[in-house]
Amino acid sequence: MITRKDVEHVALLGRLELSEEEIEVYTKQLGRILDYASVLNELDTENVPPMAHVLPLQNVFRQDAVGRHLDPEAVLSHAPDREDRFFRVPRLV
Amino acid sequence: MDLCRMPAHELGRLLRERKVSALELTDAVFSRIDAVEDKVKAYLLLLREEARSQARAVDAALAAKEELPPLAGVPLAVKDNLCMTGVETTCASKILKGFVPPYDATVIERLKEQRVVFTGKTNMDEFAMGSSTENSGFYPTANPWDLKRVPGGSSGGSAAAVAAGEAVTAIGSDTGGSIRLPAAFCGVVGLKPTYGRVSRYGLVAFASSLDQIGPITRDVRDCALLLNAIAGHDPRDSTSAPQEVPDYTEFLVPEIKGFRIGIPKEYVAEGIAPAVRDVLAEAVHLLTRMGAVVEETSLPHVSYSLPAYYLIAPAEASSNLARYDGVRYGLRVEGEDVVTMYKKTRSRGFGAEVKRRIMLGTYALSAGYYDAYYLKALKVRTLIRRDFDAAFERFDMLLSPTSPTPPFRIGEKVDDPLAMYLTDICTLAVSLAGVPGLSIPAGFAGHLPVGIQLIGPPFTEGKLLRVAYAFEQEAGITAKRPVL
Repeated sequence: MITRKDVEHVALLGRLELSEEEIEVYTKQLGRILDYASVLNELDTENVPPMAHVLPLQNVFRQDAVGRHLDPEAVLSHAPDREDRFFRVPRLV
Repeated sequence: MDLCRMPAHELGRLLRERKVSALELTDAVFSRIDAVEDKVKAYLLLLREEARSQARAVDAALAAKEELPPLAGVPLAVKDNLCMTGVETTCASKILKGFVPPYDATVIERLKEQRVVFTGKTNMDEFAMGSSTENSGFYPTANPWDLKRVPGGSSGGSAAAVAAGEAVTAIGSDTGGSIRLPAAFCGVVGLKPTYGRVSRYGLVAFASSLDQIGPITRDVRDCALLLNAIAGHDPRDSTSAPQEVPDYTEFLVPEIKGFRIGIPKEYVAEGIAPAVRDVLAEAVHLLTRMGAVVEETSLPHVSYSLPAYYLIAPAEASSNLARYDGVRYGLRVEGEDVVTMYKKTRSRGFGAEVKRRIMLGTYALSAGYYDAYYLKALKVRTLIRRDFDAAFERFDMLLSPTSPTPPFRIGEKVDDPLAMYLTDICTLAVSLAGVPGLSIPAGFAGHLPVGIQLIGPPFTEGKLLRVAYAFEQEAGITAKRPVL
């Protein structure tokens, strides 16, 4: 069963700030969804390999050569805050 | 001659024969948009002036007797999760409001080579998470057949635009049913190609192991034409498949004698509305009469696809959506330190369903729960794929309803996420298995369209299109259009 504390912990991991009301609603809704998901335990998957991907691709290589790339100015022009050729963020520590 | 109701291949012929100009066609579509868009709300952004100048360029090329590709001059709408140089791309999310990509998605690049006319960017569930387009961060889209009902989702704007005559064809994306479901709800054709058939480069990622781009069209021939245009390997998407792209229109022959079609009994079990069952039964009757061999089969693990999908897709989404942090683009809400800034930005920018899925996915991937939820779901995914492989040893393709019910009312399921998730019950397994699924209009439940889904082995889009084409010719459903 998912608790209010779990929801607060997961919100922190997901970098979300939830309101009191959201915490309450998500505790209930996630609980219901995860309860429903527990039907998967009916299946014996002991010897079944997991499938992260449907295509039988292994490593996909390309030439290690400089190709076309985006103009740094075009990319930086979207930044909410910048300085020269850097993205600016609030203090980290 | 109603230009807003004709399929692209017929319009293309009229354009090449110079019976209508690309500008006339574009203007006709925008007049239709002016007349009905207030009611339907299919678009987030219109590209009227750009479209007119693209149309003029096509007309000039036609006048100069240039050889043009089949879709040249055809008005086409693009789901708002595909990047287009210089055109705002929001994924219907407030967190991306104002984001103008400096590059084209591969699919957009290929459509530009086709010289289509881009009408605009269509509404969707925020980040493609939803089955009704009600999760758009801006406004919901209405179903053109009944404005009180949902158009399906997440590519609801694209499907509604094609159905309402606000675009001739459209591009959507499908992660668990997001092309097929709205196609069914709006009475149009929608194809989710085999995973890897179409490059995902420039598609804003939701769940990378499931996302595929595909056509939403008025008829099957248009679907083949559009798939011709967008399919193929792309070095910029390492998951795009190297398989050759055939000319899909060559498959369009109205002859299906001896085709073996399986009906998975799990898809006609409880929870399927009687009206949907009736339409499917009619379709089986018709296909049998045309010489196909239709028999019941089973996908024993298919009922587990919903829980498996709602662990895998949110897990991938929680990771993909980590990039929306207010640093490089989109919304930023200031905070005293960087983590507070992240949290405030994401909490203000994301809507309720997106947050719910980030929470669910983060939980499923978190220490102590990874094996029990995420890894378990990946193992079940293997079992589901094996079910399909086994069925395809006996059958050329499978047939099911696209949705368990006809389109539901706006607001009916918004407060019950699990009820909303159940809308995708017939489409999720196809996505998990990575195989192609094609939804075609098959009949009506009262005034509401009902779709059926053809499912094939990997890279058999041609075969699916052939059966769909034969069915369409025989059933004559696409002649009906919504009255607005």
